[in-house]
Amino acid sequence: MSNLSSPILQLSFLGTIRLRVVRRSLLVVTLIVLATAALFVVQLLTGTFPIAVSRVWATLTGHGTAVEEFVVYTLRLPRALTAVLAGAALGGSGAVYQSVTRNPLGSPDIIGFTYGASFGAVLSIVVLGSSDVAVTISALAGGLGVALLVYLLSMRGGVQGYRLILVGIGISSVLAALVSYLLLKANIIDAQEAYVWLTGSLNGSTWSDVWIGLVGLAVLGPVLVGLGPGLRLAEMGDQAALGLGVHVGRNRLCALGFGAALCAIAVVCAGPITFISLAAPQIARRLTGTPTVRVIPSMAVGALLLLGSDALAQKLFPQSQLPVGITTLALGGGYLAWLIAREGRSRIG
Amino acid sequence: MTQPPFHQPHDIAATDSTVLVGSGLHLSYESVVVAENLNVEIPRGKLTMIIGPNGCGKSTMLKALARMLKPAQGTVLLDGDDIHRSPTKAIAQRLGLLPQSPLAPEGITVADLVSRGRYPYQKLLRQWSRDDEMIVNEAMTATGVLQFSQRSVDELSGGERQRVWLAMVLAQRTPTLLLDEPTTYLDLAHQLDVLRLCERVKRTREMTVVVVIHELNLAIRHADHLIVMKSGEIQAVGAPDEVVTEELIEHTFGLPCRIVTDPESGKPMVIPRMVADDSDQPPIAEEEPRAVSPAG
Amino acid sequence: MTMLAADPVTDPAEENAAARRRSALVAGLVVCLAALGVVMLLSIGVGARNLSPATVWDALVHGRGGEAELIVRHLRVPRTAAGLLVGAALGLAGALMQALTRNPLADPGLLGVNAGAACAVVCAIAFLRITQPGAYVWFALLGAGVATVAVYLLGSGRGAASPVRLVLAGTAITAVLTGVISAVVLTNSIAFNGFRSWTVGSLQNVTASVVVQVVPFLAVGIVCALASGSALNAMALGDQLATALGARMARIRFLGIVTTTLLCGAATAVAGPITFVGLVVPHTVRAFTGPDNRWILPYSMVVGAILVLTSDVIGRVVLWPSELEVSVVTAVIGAPVFIQIVRRRRLAQL
Repeated sequence: MSNLSSPILQLSFLGTIRLRVVRRSLLVVTLIVLATAALFVVQLLTGTFPIAVSRVWATLTGHGTAVEEFVVYTLRLPRALTAVLAGAALGGSGAVYQSVTRNPLGSPDIIGFTYGASFGAVLSIVVLGSSDVAVTISALAGGLGVALLVYLLSMRGGVQGYRLILVGIGISSVLAALVSYLLLKANIIDAQEAYVWLTGSLNGSTWSDVWIGLVGLAVLGPVLVGLGPGLRLAEMGDQAALGLGVHVGRNRLCALGFGAALCAIAVVCAGPITFISLAAPQIARRLTGTPTVRVIPSMAVGALLLLGSDALAQKLFPQSQLPVGITTLALGGGYLAWLIAREGRSRIG
Repeated sequence: MTQPPFHQPHDIAATDSTVLVGSGLHLSYESVVVAENLNVEIPRGKLTMIIGPNGCGKSTMLKALARMLKPAQGTVLLDGDDIHRSPTKAIAQRLGLLPQSPLAPEGITVADLVSRGRYPYQKLLRQWSRDDEMIVNEAMTATGVLQFSQRSVDELSGGERQRVWLAMVLAQRTPTLLLDEPTTYLDLAHQLDVLRLCERVKRTREMTVVVVIHELNLAIRHADHLIVMKSGEIQAVGAPDEVVTEELIEHTFGLPCRIVTDPESGKPMVIPRMVADDSDQPPIAEEEPRAVSPAG
Repeated sequence: MTMLAADPVTDPAEENAAARRRSALVAGLVVCLAALGVVMLLSIGVGARNLSPATVWDALVHGRGGEAELIVRHLRVPRTAAGLLVGAALGLAGALMQALTRNPLADPGLLGVNAGAACAVVCAIAFLRITQPGAYVWFALLGAGVATVAVYLLGSGRGAASPVRLVLAGTAITAVLTGVISAVVLTNSIAFNGFRSWTVGSLQNVTASVVVQVVPFLAVGIVCALASGSALNAMALGDQLATALGARMARIRFLGIVTTTLLCGAATAVAGPITFVGLVVPHTVRAFTGPDNRWILPYSMVVGAILVLTSDVIGRVVLWPSELEVSVVTAVIGAPVFIQIVRRRRLAQL
């Protein structure tokens, strides 16, 4: 294959590790990471309190004034880091779910996971009182519980992509109704707090969010990357994959489980931000020109996308602290609509 | 083992002349029973074709032999090893399957798809070796798709696409190959293409090839060994010239026919009888297949 | 297998079977209407205030003034009427949508109608300072209409409005609209309050005047829908075959969309978003009537009304003396049914 002008690069490290990478993929991911880094720096510099590059550098190396330290260390750095980490987590889990459901629209939020987390969180805020830890745990429990429920309900001699999506949409609708109901019955302060949480916001990002994101990605990220080859083969059909020796059922279960866990990490850090997990893998796929969604490019695009959406939300409405969830909803929904309009071949229908 | 009603097989000799043996298989698909107590043996180094009417269970049986379907009872042995107890990657190095409707991911190139056939030999950190590359090229050459190697599979015609899938299973380098209806949806020229490829591959690589096929006369012409099924039971096994008789075809397919000798191959050829005035005949009493198998 | 030319001899046994089927269907409809009557009586008789049947009857028929008359004639009767109309409209709209899109998963809620109506209402509250619930009706209708059209166009793409595509187009449009709603609601508390009470579909605060305003739309919608039964039957065969049979596809689709919008929009305007009725009712009905739309449509009307009224009554009873909103009950009943549908069907048919 390297005789013909090949788009595939074969890299080998230390003689034993041999990887195949699509050349264009490598290029694109590198560019995206650089762009993210650049945007990251911009986020540190700008805002209602502009700080020059030299002052940022000074602050990072410990020589900043108290105000600068506050702005950089307490406000901007954690926020930007959370955006990058949560975005990567969402992108990665989205890639895995889209691969399992063999459908570009099968992402954790459509499947109902995020509504599960929302329901858990709202229940906690409105009914149980709202310590941060309690909300987080309820969100996680709700999300994972729903993911499990959807999986079990759509299993009928194996999980079929469409069935998973449709059951997920069904369950989401119920949960949405219940969430609306809870919002109605709560007192207005709780209700507003719950609604803000529901929209997904990076406003109050703290260093604990950053640590959660970091640990989550470090542990779960490699697992998802490792599941990649098996999942790609499963896209050729269960039988073809089984014939090649892929543990289709086991891979699928792991992918759904770990993917949901990674999505949960993102929800804990940043709330139920929708559509990054839907859009990032598809954007990544088109940019890298690969026929299937892949985990690493999706993570890169997810990080850039969330950071970008946050930057946009801050710049467009500087006074009102609009939650990033709104920009992602509007952008994501618009992107989804465009995707559906474009899809000539029935990958979806 | 109950003898098939139409043809007593020659004593299937010692086990080293059979590759795959299914014994006492109870097969069901979505809670419908397809076969009970089914026994089947696939001879080594031959091109075996499985034929039968719609719903007779031939695809189901093939899937059971390929470990796609777990039988409720009974075992399948590949060279004496139980395929459900061996690690699936190990089996994938010995047994290849081309399923009925494989899905090509959108936009994938021919070379990429064929190279997926090397998966059973790869590990996460050892994704490629020079051997792999050589084998993939050779598989593409053998099936005549090398010139398309960088093109997208979606752009190819049905016949070319089927050859690409064949290249993929050939790249898997397995001594045994199972093909589930590889000729359905192809025109005659391409059907012959596929079957000639199977013969050539069997001969040059000393492989065992098993094909489930609908086209009766093509099966008779190309097969070394024929398995005829109906309603989940094997009606006859053996070489086509010994097995194919007018009674067998009429009983299995409900098709009154004449057998003549194919002038090209010298093998039997089935000619369905013409019936003068259809409305006088009662409808062919369709013997209720014991089950409705969705894939034939 | 030989295919034999069928002799076109009418089999008397078959004709009897057809006649028996027709009478069974008519009988079934009568039974459903009777059940509807019973549920209506329950709806008038049950409520937060525990009134004896005799008192209720008295107030209903004779008036007599006093609290009983107020409750029965001015609260429960309009509420029952609203439930009847809303249920009938949603059931009918669901059956219509499912037939038009050849899609067993069509339901106004899943196809973005609710989000459209909500968005329009929220914007009206925030930007136009509309505060009377009575006035919401018109905005809800408008918003629902725009959203339906957008979803349908988006989901139709190159002709084939496939099930999953439509549902997902609905999700997409719902998302964008929800983004807009959130933006408005988070910056405007009055809008937030109005939004959160509107967004839970309920028959609690329905007044007679609102119902009356909406009746013309519903009437037109119902008549159009019922008249389109045989055209929909033709459509079920696929575009090409339907055209060969003389059905004018574009016109039927257009009329269908207008009718659906009228029905769903009016229903949502009266009671807020109620999901699953339009989805679940036609399926249950179809199990009894078979695929003939001329029967499915009227049955869906009646069964839809029964479902909504029953859910409302359950809502009144379950948390008595306080109430559980109708939409919550229908969601809780509807979701398991929906999931069963999805699990049962061979997905090739979807």
